[in-house]
Amino acid sequence: MRRKALRAAFPYTLPICVGFLFMGMSYGFLMHSQGFPLLYPVLMSIFIFAGSMEFLTVELLLSAFAPLHAFLLALMVNARHLFYGLSMLDKYRGAGWKKPYLIFGMCDESFSINCTVDPPAGVDRGWFMFFVTLLNHIYWVTGATLGALLGYVVHFDTTGIEFVMTALFVVMFLDQWADAKDHRPALLGLGCSAVCLAVFGSGGFIIPAMCLIILSFLLTRRQLEAPPRRTKPAPERKEERV
Amino acid sequence: MTMTAAQSALTILAVVAATMLTRFLPFLIFPEGRTPPAVVTYLGKVLPCAVIGLLVIYCLKDAVFAGWHGLPEGIAILFIAALHRWKKNTLLSIAGGTVLYMFLVQAVFV
Repeated sequence: MRRKALRAAFPYTLPICVGFLFMGMSYGFLMHSQGFPLLYPVLMSIFIFAGSMEFLTVELLLSAFAPLHAFLLALMVNARHLFYGLSMLDKYRGAGWKKPYLIFGMCDESFSINCTVDPPAGVDRGWFMFFVTLLNHIYWVTGATLGALLGYVVHFDTTGIEFVMTALFVVMFLDQWADAKDHRPALLGLGCSAVCLAVFGSGGFIIPAMCLIILSFLLTRRQLEAPPRRTKPAPERKEERV
Repeated sequence: MTMTAAQSALTILAVVAATMLTRFLPFLIFPEGRTPPAVVTYLGKVLPCAVIGLLVIYCLKDAVFAGWHGLPEGIAILFIAALHRWKKNTLLSIAGGTVLYMFLVQAVFV
């Protein structure tokens, strides 16, 4: 039963494998170039397992010690997982001991497969979802480890390599811009953040920006929700998100 | 590295805790699969788009106040936008933009 589920899950994870190895290696290599020992990217990729947040954590670790700020930033960046969870309440039911791991490993990519793909007849859904999540987790940790190891072997001037994080978010922004019919939420996010950066400076703008974004959304709810369309949560899905 | 090992460990723990909270919370508050309030659904729809905008600004937060006021970053971002529009390949756009940026800060905007 397990082998059958693994064989069914593997093809769906192959495209993710390529993306995760590439981004994981960039992440591991970046960690090494910023002076972190191998243990850091390995443990962080295992336990955080949320790509964009791991890139941001590099930045957090290089700044002044501010754990509450780190906590709030991670909460905001990963808030979308709340809505993944809401969509998976039913599907994860009955997965038994695998359920906590399925929730722990619910990154964008594992969510998008488990939410949309029905395993073939005769394949146990719980094991199928388990292997999708596990394989993706393995790809990411492998990528991060390889990237960090590569840092010991390959030597070149890495000045500016931290821009890989900016590039990742710019591409995510472009993708969601292309997908969205309504560009106001994206513009509101950019605008509120830019205003807060100008007012509060680079050290302390992020928490005011988060508050301002949520407040603006609550105040403009009537405008942004019209015309009312959905009644059920339907979180956006992206293939290449990490 | 500027932090002590204990401080980095605490920072990473804070990130892990917040990430896990976002993943486990729905299963803890809606064990019966009840539907969430409308305002939560609404925020779930609009917040992800805004957060990516916030992250782009976050990445540029130090560059805009630096010597070149974000000029190399701006050039690289325009390049990414053009490349992504042309090839629509996520990995290529990220790699291309990063390599161009590294070239700019190492050879042009020194």
